[in-house]
Amino acid sequence: MTEVSVAKEEVAATGDLVVLKSVNKHFGALHVLQDIDLTIARGEVVVVIGPSGSGKSTLCRTINRLETIDSGSITIDGKPLPHEGKELARLRADVGMVFQSFNLFAHKTVLENVTLGQVKVRKKDKKAAEERARALLDRVGVGAQAEKYPAQLSGGQQQRVAIARALAMEPKVMLFDEPTSALDPEMINEVLEVMQQLARDGMTMIVVTHEMGFARSAANRVVFMADGRVVEQASPDQFFSNPRSDRAKDFLSKILHH
Amino acid sequence: MFDFLSDYDDPSLLGAFWVTVQLTVFSAIGSLIWGTLLAAMRVSPVPLMRGFGTAYVNIVRNIPLTVIIVFTSLGLADIFGVAMGAPDDFELKYFRLAVLGLVAYTAAFVCEAIRSGINTVPVGQAEAARALGLSFSQVLRLVVLPQAFRSVIGPLANVLIALTKNTTVAATIGVAEAALLMKEMIENEAQTLLIGAVFAFGFVVLTLPTGLILNWLSKRLAVKR
Repeated sequence: MTEVSVAKEEVAATGDLVVLKSVNKHFGALHVLQDIDLTIARGEVVVVIGPSGSGKSTLCRTINRLETIDSGSITIDGKPLPHEGKELARLRADVGMVFQSFNLFAHKTVLENVTLGQVKVRKKDKKAAEERARALLDRVGVGAQAEKYPAQLSGGQQQRVAIARALAMEPKVMLFDEPTSALDPEMINEVLEVMQQLARDGMTMIVVTHEMGFARSAANRVVFMADGRVVEQASPDQFFSNPRSDRAKDFLSKILHH
Repeated sequence: MFDFLSDYDDPSLLGAFWVTVQLTVFSAIGSLIWGTLLAAMRVSPVPLMRGFGTAYVNIVRNIPLTVIIVFTSLGLADIFGVAMGAPDDFELKYFRLAVLGLVAYTAAFVCEAIRSGINTVPVGQAEAARALGLSFSQVLRLVVLPQAFRSVIGPLANVLIALTKNTTVAATIGVAEAALLMKEMIENEAQTLLIGAVFAFGFVVLTLPTGLILNWLSKRLAVKR
């Protein structure tokens, strides 16, 4: 583990991948993102935590423009986020996303779910796409389910397929929007293990989660959000053992009471 | 009892129903395509397209079909000289005009059925597709519409059955389909009730299997979530 994190710091030194500058967003009267400044380096794993309604999911969704922003700027790999059309689609292909509710295409088999983007967006031929899909499905441990439909799989399996689907696009960064929040407790670990493996492999990850264990073990940095603001950023060790802000102390006291 | 039927051979009873079937099939294909395009417009992010789709549906579905069919003949053909590629073949010209009118009318209902199907597809499906980098039309074609169609096969069966029966309106512009032959027979023969029963039976033979088959299909193709 120590060796890996050293390697990671070296990778991280090669530059900033995702940069948010004074990002603001309103939902009607609700100021859901307030002057967010956040920089994520290449190869970094950033875990975003915070109470419900703090804007962390919205933040995650602005990075591939599933949510638009009112002001500020977001750049990915040095390029500002395009507004609409082909440019935006191209950028989204480079940003993998995993949703709370899996969102596997219900009318397609597991294999088709993982090949669709490769064939239609990356223009790979079907055979190469299927080969890669099967390799990825094996990697996340659902290779045997390739011919089934999503509804025939457990939640944990579906989410692992969703991760494979995102990885198939060879993304520069992966966004995880509460990937384990809709899962039965016994299935959470199988998904977290896949994510930890990804983190060890050097994938740049932004993870919105309530899994403090994952934050401790896999994150390079914890970003704590409350009421639409980034209240505190620190290494996991520092954040969990010695939070600086009162808001974070209060939050941690409520969830880490055992 | 059915002797009189053999007096009619241009068209014969079967020949007239064959025209009905052709009207139905061509109009069904046309209105499925045009209706799908209209539905795509109604959910498009471009306000102009949304506006056109909404206006089209709300105008066309509220005009009686008879008015539309008569307009294709008296308006399009006679005033604007639209010949549908068959200026000299009267029969073909009016057949095509009738199909055009039926497509224009039925598409409004197809559009609304499909749009309600689109609303049954969870937002997350489209979001996941967009997140992969698919374009708006790819999202619609590859992910949303296939699921929407499967959930509206039942309602589309209703539209198809209504369309089959609506083809009788083509008689108003002289297309030699079943209803025109029925009118002719009623004028010439004494067995009015019997004639009515024969044609009613003919339509049931056409529409009943449509309903049953599509109902079976809609169960078979239902998307499991």
